[in-house]
Amino acid sequence: MIKAILIFNNHGKPRLSKFYEHYTEDTEQQIIRETFHLVSKRDENVCNFLEGGLLIGGSDNKLIYRHYATLYFVFCVDSSESELGILDLIQVFVETLDKCFENVCELDLIFHMDKVHNILAEMVMGGMVLETNMSEIITQAEAQSKMEKSEAGIAGAPARAVSAVKNMNLPEMPKNINIGDISIKVPNLPSFK
Amino acid sequence: MALKIVKGSIDRMFDKNLQDLVRGIRNHKEDEAKYISTCIDEIKQELKQDNIAVKANAVCKLTYLQMLGYDVSWAAFNIVEVMSSSKFTYKRIGYLAASQCFHEGTDVIMLTTNQIRKDLSSPNQYDTGVALTGLSCFVTPDLARDLANDIMTLMSHTKPYIRKKAVLIMYKVFLKYPESLRPAFPRLKEKLEDPDPGVQSAAVNVICELARRNPKNYLSLAPLFFKLMTSSTNNWVLIKIIKLFGALTPLEPRLGKKLIEPLTNLIHSTSAMSLLYECVNTVIAVLISLSSGMPNHSASIQLCVQKLRILIEDSDQNLKYLGLLAMSKILKTHPKSVQSHKDLILQCLDDKDESIRLRALDLLYGMVSKKNLMEIVKKLMLHVDKAEGTTYRDELLTKIIDICSQSNYQYITNFEWYISILVELTRLEGTRHGHLIASQMLDVAIRVKAIRAFAVAQMATLLDNAHLLTGNTQRNGICEVLYAAAWICGEFAEHLEDPMLTLEAMLRPKVATLPGHIQAVYVQNAAKLFATVLQKHEGETDSQAAQETSQLLIDRLPLFVQSANLEVQERASCILQLVKYIQKLQQKNVEVAEEVTALFAGELNPVAPKAQKKVPIPEGLDLDAWINEPPSESESEDEKPKAVFAKEEPKHSRSRHTEVDEKELARRREARKQEQANNPFYIKASPSSQKVYDAPGVEHIPVVQIDLSVPLKVPGMPMSDQYVKLEEERRQKEKADKKKKEKKKKREKRGKGRKGDSGPESEEDITPAHHVDIVTEEMPENALPSDDDDKDPNDPHKALDIDLDKPLADSEKLPVRTHRPEVLKSPAEDRDDNTIPQETKKKSSKDKKEKKKDKEKDRKRSKEDKKKKKKHKDVEEELPESLPEEVVQSEETKEASDLDFWLSSAPVPPVAQVVTVSSSAAAATVDSSSAAAAESEPEELKDTEPDDTKSSKHKKKKQKKEKEEKEKKKKKRHHHHHHHHSDAGAEDSVQNGTVEDEEPLPPMSNYSLLAENSYIKMVCDIQGNHQDESKVVVSVIFENKSDSFLKSMEFNVLDSLNSKLQRPDGAGPHDGLTVPFQLPPGVSNEARFVFSVQSIVMPQKLKGTLTFIVKTDESSTHEKLDFKLHFTCTSYLITTPCYSDAYAKLLESGDLKGSSLRLEGVNMPFHHLLARICFHHHFSVVERIDSCASMYSRSIQGHHVCLLVKSSDQTVSIDAKCDEPSLLGNVLDEIKQTFSKC
Repeated sequence: MIKAILIFNNHGKPRLSKFYEHYTEDTEQQIIRETFHLVSKRDENVCNFLEGGLLIGGSDNKLIYRHYATLYFVFCVDSSESELGILDLIQVFVETLDKCFENVCELDLIFHMDKVHNILAEMVMGGMVLETNMSEIITQAEAQSKMEKSEAGIAGAPARAVSAVKNMNLPEMPKNINIGDISIKVPNLPSFK
Repeated sequence: MALKIVKGSIDRMFDKNLQDLVRGIRNHKEDEAKYISTCIDEIKQELKQDNIAVKANAVCKLTYLQMLGYDVSWAAFNIVEVMSSSKFTYKRIGYLAASQCFHEGTDVIMLTTNQIRKDLSSPNQYDTGVALTGLSCFVTPDLARDLANDIMTLMSHTKPYIRKKAVLIMYKVFLKYPESLRPAFPRLKEKLEDPDPGVQSAAVNVICELARRNPKNYLSLAPLFFKLMTSSTNNWVLIKIIKLFGALTPLEPRLGKKLIEPLTNLIHSTSAMSLLYECVNTVIAVLISLSSGMPNHSASIQLCVQKLRILIEDSDQNLKYLGLLAMSKILKTHPKSVQSHKDLILQCLDDKDESIRLRALDLLYGMVSKKNLMEIVKKLMLHVDKAEGTTYRDELLTKIIDICSQSNYQYITNFEWYISILVELTRLEGTRHGHLIASQMLDVAIRVKAIRAFAVAQMATLLDNAHLLTGNTQRNGICEVLYAAAWICGEFAEHLEDPMLTLEAMLRPKVATLPGHIQAVYVQNAAKLFATVLQKHEGETDSQAAQETSQLLIDRLPLFVQSANLEVQERASCILQLVKYIQKLQQKNVEVAEEVTALFAGELNPVAPKAQKKVPIPEGLDLDAWINEPPSESESEDEKPKAVFAKEEPKHSRSRHTEVDEKELARRREARKQEQANNPFYIKASPSSQKVYDAPGVEHIPVVQIDLSVPLKVPGMPMSDQYVKLEEERRQKEKADKKKKEKKKKREKRGKGRKGDSGPESEEDITPAHHVDIVTEEMPENALPSDDDDKDPNDPHKALDIDLDKPLADSEKLPVRTHRPEVLKSPAEDRDDNTIPQETKKKSSKDKKEKKKDKEKDRKRSKEDKKKKKKHKDVEEELPESLPEEVVQSEETKEASDLDFWLSSAPVPPVAQVVTVSSSAAAATVDSSSAAAAESEPEELKDTEPDDTKSSKHKKKKQKKEKEEKEKKKKKRHHHHHHHHSDAGAEDSVQNGTVEDEEPLPPMSNYSLLAENSYIKMVCDIQGNHQDESKVVVSVIFENKSDSFLKSMEFNVLDSLNSKLQRPDGAGPHDGLTVPFQLPPGVSNEARFVFSVQSIVMPQKLKGTLTFIVKTDESSTHEKLDFKLHFTCTSYLITTPCYSDAYAKLLESGDLKGSSLRLEGVNMPFHHLLARICFHHHFSVVERIDSCASMYSRSIQGHHVCLLVKSSDQTVSIDAKCDEPSLLGNVLDEIKQTFSKC
């Protein structure tokens, strides 16, 4: 079981948090802070597994994370999950985001948290892995956004126009996560394809 | 209308959407909280509007704020409103928000039941999908109960997208509503074979998750999973299944045996590291579950260790980490295999990654032995020096202590060394683990009597140099060791060289800066020292010294009397008054020493932690009974309540109960002496060493003379390093008298079993430098063995511990709604809702009927199978065993017997590639095709069986499967070729080793008939032992052919000069071995016997007898069966791979003598010929060119046997070379025999 999926940036600002067990908002924040504290002090070239987040329960659990440019993707899982499998899953997740957002960067995640949630929902459901095939995930995600667009129809047009205008003066230029450039050794990505 | 829409959207245009909110927050970095609170106000306004779009937008923003830590539960009702929007866009927003913030305590959840049900049956698959996703996060017991039936219906939805979600969510439903598990399980199982890989994967996921918690209920699914494992190509699914098997094998070792082969193949064939790693993990689990010492599995262990080594050596830190993690699992059961990689693990200690270093440390814990402990700890001490000021250093410190103190100091041979290590550790600044070191010092000093003198000297030095430890501040945890130092010096003051000096050191003013509890100990022990000093000076004419001591105390103690710490104050003032009084007496020249000493007389015994808790309530003690009634308990106290404590032998009934009368005491003492005399590990008290104080019961505490090979006076701080050198020298000396060693070793082995009893001890042990007695911690008599690990009663998985094999009862149905409100429904839905449940009902009842039929059929079939099996055995298993597929097909009945049957049958073709791999690399290609043919035959046979229940659909499926399998085989074949060129040698080594035993090559079996009568049949196989050059293992399968119960089987062989049956220690040379099982009618089981042989160049026969008791209802009779055990020379050969270059060198060396053999009229394909030689005679193919092959094997005593086999129409010539001509001659004869038979 996956207990939680967290995405936060290099400063510990949460970009996405998905808990598959219930915690109060305060505890959730505490977990995020603690996880960030644990993960951020680790060097780039050390292993991606961590034992002993105190808050997300017990000795059975592990933190498995990857660091892409400005973002940490952290999965908290129990012993029924394969460590390397989860690392692959994170990679699939990020590549899927990359495809769906076209060169994903932190800003995409900041402004479209809902969309990220929707993509994640096609991969992991209630803490269990639903789908690992990237093209299947993308197909389903895109089919749903198409539905959304068709529902908005003409009525949605002005709103979109306005938000496009608003977007013109973004405070900063997107920094690419550009997962292609950062050399991450993925031991077995072919396994899921 | 249109106008209204446009107007609404224009309004909305200027509402803040999520992006605006985020942007706003980013622009208000200084007053974020304030900004957000205004935003929340806005959201509250928006939620009050009627427009659902506005509401959805607001809820979307709330979801974001929730992530930032704001409580949004107040908007729960609005979220439900948005969820029930008919538009997908809004619905999704609503469900997302709900999944983020709803939980069991959210009361509005009960309003959602109907809405969710409606969404589940929506014609739009994404509505359903979103509802399922949301529900998976916030399902409550009520929701689970109300919706279980709907979700179960969805499991058979036409769209795989829905099916997989429905299957996955069932797990959550089971957790919240355990009653649903049994009704839903058949369908869930069905989904394991769903045509869609996603659905299949989901089903595997769910069952794995269920099985992980309650594995025993899912054992019956093993055949199905086995099939999936050998057919699936989805790595995610494979990983899950393999992990599941890891959980199942401890419950069923036979399953493990079956698994080893396909897992080994996966290890060789997969390119995915994650899969490889999980395979290795499960193989480890299998090996742990199997009884150790089975020679055929040592190859598997080697394979695992070797693969793990590759992982650990990888530059990828993740692999390194996991490799170490898995290694530590092997360590528990097969420490030897891991210990050979000590270099690698020590290397990992230098890794820059802390997680890896910690893992390596864990491994070290299990790798120490008496031999290398000092060396390893020395290395760790170096690391401690290097790792300044990190938490890692503290970790190192605890690990050093753990390593040394494990299993009751089992590995410490020299306690002086250990004390010096502890003292060295005290020099660490700022460690948190001062108390740990302190408790070790205390423990060692109290329990290892021989070391007390040394320990006391060291502690005195520590006390003298206390200023070094306390340093400048008190933050230092290390000052805790002073607590131990003071106590040890005080308690064992008789060993002190200069108690006066120590006393002085303990009363320095600086002590007042120490923490209170340490000061208290200082004060108390100063008094003990005082007593010692007095006694020392007693009898001297000049009482000057004694009086000076009193004066010293009187001068210094007032400092402590003023202490703010109550404990210190109290003790100090007591002692001060005492000393003042003594001083008065001294001035009157009264002898006081004896009385003062009496204050501290008596030994303090180590009491085990939790000892108090473990005092059992004596039998018959009723705490509510009248207290004045004559207590019969006092008598029963000594009688152990046998049922519970049968195994616990109270070794240390140390009598602190002084109230026990003299007679009783004497009796106990006598009994104890008796026991000690019988216990070879107990060291008798020598009369020379007198105890200073003689409290009742003290004399039985073992007192040991110290035989020190090292001079004790080590001035100043000790250096542990010097012990390492000394130890080496000492050991070399010891090596000189080897004769003794052998004897001792044997004894030592026996001694190991008795951990916790009295550890390593003098005579019996090779290494200890001192005669050491480790006193066991005191435990109350009749203490309960510790097993109070209670499981969490709140574990939700407990409720899911449900027997799934029982047929469903009629009452077990998922609740179906009978009455529904008509409000929210369109007619179409109505129709849907009504028909679906009915359909399922019908189906399920039909299912049941079918199942009944099926069951009967299957029962018949399984009987037939059994008959068949018997027949097979009759022809010495020459025919292929029935296929697991068959079992899988009939598996719906789910009877335990099926599982047994599946497990007992030899592992066969779903993994046809196994055959190819194992027989010989060269013959691989052709073999597999033939095996495939062989496999399809029985399949067809089965199809032709009259079978009316099976639908045509079923057949189609099967055909498809066959196709898949064939395709797979092709792949594997290809793969195999590849391997043959790259690393054939390494491959073979393992497969040959592992597969042998369960060799599935249909027409071959190494089991030959040993003997048979009307009751029992014995077939046996003889194999050389890899590890021991003089041992062979005989596996005998006993099969009960009668209708009676066979028991008390004894297997005995008349030893020859050359070959002897290995009997347990203590058994006479003519005693038989008891076969460790009984045989119910029709059952067969396997036992292994080890023989030791001296010369292996000749075949030989041993006569033997099996005696057993036949037990029928009325009577039982003794029966016996004679047999002749035939050790062929072949059985001394071990399949050993050989590289072609090594092979060439071997032949060139000229050490080998040649011989040759011609076989005429051999009518079989060349690869069959090779396979036969490989299989029956334990050879491996080195190289094969057309119809010419070179083969190699090695005997258990290291003879090389090389064959060159050539074949040209029906004539086979074998040129052979070996360094032992008579062995070679015999092997060739046997080969000839093999082929003359066919």
